Amino acid sequence: MDRVAQKGWWRKDLLGIQDLSREEIEIILDTAESFKEISTREIKKVPTLRGKTIVHLFYEPSTRTRTSFEIAAKRLSADAVNISVSTSSVVKGETLLDTARNLQAMELDVLVIRHAAAGTPHMLAEVLPASVINAGDGFREHPTQALLDMLTVRERRGTLEGLRLTIVGDIAHSRVARSNIYGFRTMGAKVRVVGPATMIPVGVEELGVEVFYDLKEGIREADVIMMLRIQKERLQGAFFPSEREYARFFGLTLEALKEARPDVLIMHPGPMNRGVEIAPEVADGPYSVILDQVTNGVAVRMAVLYLLTGGARIGVAH
Amino acid sequence: MALLIRGGCIVDPTQGIHEVGDIWIDKGRIHRIVLPSRGDSAAAPGPKDEVIEAKGLTVIPGIVDMHVHLREPGYEYKETIATGTRAAAAGGVTTVACMANTKPANDQGAVCQFILAKAQKEGVVRVRPIGAISRGLEGAELAEIGELKESGAVAISDDGRPVADSLLMRRAMEYARTFGLPVISHCEDPHLAANGVMNEGLVSLELGLRGIPRIAEEVMVARDLLLAEWTGCRLHIAHVSSAGSVRLIREAKERGVAVTAEVTPHHLILTDEAVRRWDTNTKVNPPLRSPKDVEALHQGLADGTLDAIATDHAPHGRVDKEVEYELAAFGISGLETLLGLSLMLVHQGTLSLEDWVRKVSCNPAKILNIPGGTLKPGVPADLTIINMERSWRVDPEAFFSKGRNTPFHGWTLRGKAVMTFIGGRKVFHESEGILATTDASVCL
Repeated sequence: MDRVAQKGWWRKDLLGIQDLSREEIEIILDTAESFKEISTREIKKVPTLRGKTIVHLFYEPSTRTRTSFEIAAKRLSADAVNISVSTSSVVKGETLLDTARNLQAMELDVLVIRHAAAGTPHMLAEVLPASVINAGDGFREHPTQALLDMLTVRERRGTLEGLRLTIVGDIAHSRVARSNIYGFRTMGAKVRVVGPATMIPVGVEELGVEVFYDLKEGIREADVIMMLRIQKERLQGAFFPSEREYARFFGLTLEALKEARPDVLIMHPGPMNRGVEIAPEVADGPYSVILDQVTNGVAVRMAVLYLLTGGARIGVAH
Repeated sequence: MALLIRGGCIVDPTQGIHEVGDIWIDKGRIHRIVLPSRGDSAAAPGPKDEVIEAKGLTVIPGIVDMHVHLREPGYEYKETIATGTRAAAAGGVTTVACMANTKPANDQGAVCQFILAKAQKEGVVRVRPIGAISRGLEGAELAEIGELKESGAVAISDDGRPVADSLLMRRAMEYARTFGLPVISHCEDPHLAANGVMNEGLVSLELGLRGIPRIAEEVMVARDLLLAEWTGCRLHIAHVSSAGSVRLIREAKERGVAVTAEVTPHHLILTDEAVRRWDTNTKVNPPLRSPKDVEALHQGLADGTLDAIATDHAPHGRVDKEVEYELAAFGISGLETLLGLSLMLVHQGTLSLEDWVRKVSCNPAKILNIPGGTLKPGVPADLTIINMERSWRVDPEAFFSKGRNTPFHGWTLRGKAVMTFIGGRKVFHESEGILATTDASVCL
């Protein structure tokens, strides 16, 4: 922790990965690594954030991310409050800004927000003195997901420098894809994207990624394959004809996996559609690090909460 | 008693004038222009004559903004005819053509008459209503276009709600031609636009916002050009935003299609990079495009492909804009920055001053077939006096418009209207503000 404190973390908010430097990402990953041990203790709690108030404001359904944030906050002894869309003032027609101002009036320290509209965390960060953490805004970014993905790969490979990451699926509508493209590229990895052209956004090459329309070609020599969830309800019929056809051309099967390196890591941000974008044998297979991702999610969120609330600055150690 | 505007630099392309001279106005009309360089002798004003010294200032035919949303009836919290026409006068605009997307929509004579009656009573500049193409702007049945024309409509348009049905557009053009009305088309294929909120490209990708691709506009520009060619109707393309549209219009003009087109100041000056600040005032339809498009718009304006500069003045209330970007209303409040922004093209050398006057005054009047856009003797004396060098800071809180939604907040612009005259009456003075409302006699 002392090392982190010396390096200094100055950001009030975590809105995305795109504007983070390599050093900043490393600070978060190092901090997360040091926090992992807490979750293995018999009493999984430290007093680091005692007295801090954290509000999780979720305008979109989420089980994994919200629970992960909540557990992270509790392991650091913060007071965490969850507000989800069905119980909030949204139904009463209150604007987002008014909701945020009301929360601020209750002296919150951190606002964790998930919202279907991109840019919402920026809007709040600008008006609130509290720290704002983006837990997913529209198609734009999901920074803590990319951080936990990077942590997971770094643990297995020691570094991200020079690795090849292939992201497969609906790149156009994926905040996970965007955050990981920024993060892995900043850390020195090479990034490819694979999917039908309907799901590859215009201009994606300008982000420095290589585009493939053939899964086997796209995962050749890959060190890491990240499968994205296919949102069947929204996309079928418009972006791809059927699940059956999608699974056939873009689903990760043991057969397709033969093209990848023998020590390839398989990731998925969840929740998975088994048998669609990922075959069950692959999801449960030896290369899958999908559950490590979830474990690391808690550590990364603890690290982010710690750094943003000034833990490093005021020298509070666990 | 006559009015003399003395010693200003008069720019009137319709008479080939660009020089210092005097303008005599009598009974609300241009009486005589005195140009010493042509050997005219300056007549001395009599004791009863009013004299306005315009030395160092530029005098042009009043600006005609052919694309304005006055919001009344129905959305008075965004703008009213009273506030919108004050904003116009302050921006040097003497005539506004107002779009039909009010509530109720201007799809029948009675609504047109209401707007004109309100404008006579509370308005400050001339108001020319644009009628709807379809009943309720619903894109299903034709509006009562004949009666709209009889009631004062100068064109028809479903602006804001593009006509998706090609057959209806064909019929609208045929029917409008019957009455000699131009059809103004907001070109946007709603399926291709797919609920987008900004230009589709690298910036929308990075911001995670749904994109509106250029082709959404270009597909419909192409369609409407073909329909205009087929029907022989006069077509005017509203707020052109993309390089492809400019190319299509240029080609159509070359083959003789009766098409004209306008561009807004914001599309000439901003790109989609502006959206990165998450300022919802950059949300506008069509969206701000790429630098390549902006360059093509400048070129199109310079080579005559684009005939007019119009604001698409779209005032909104705070509640419409102080929300998530995706939920914010489309539109920019533009009347009070039209002059200062569009003069940037003159200062940069893209447009000559004469060409600029053509784009903001002469051409729009010609396209809508209305008086204005000239200082020829005998026409009503609508004119704008401009200080070309005046630097000023855009402060939305000082707007006359109720719409403070401008992405140009805080910009320093060069060039400002110092006086605006309607029918020989001074309705705006830079330091005195709004001076008069129009009366029935000056509403043509």
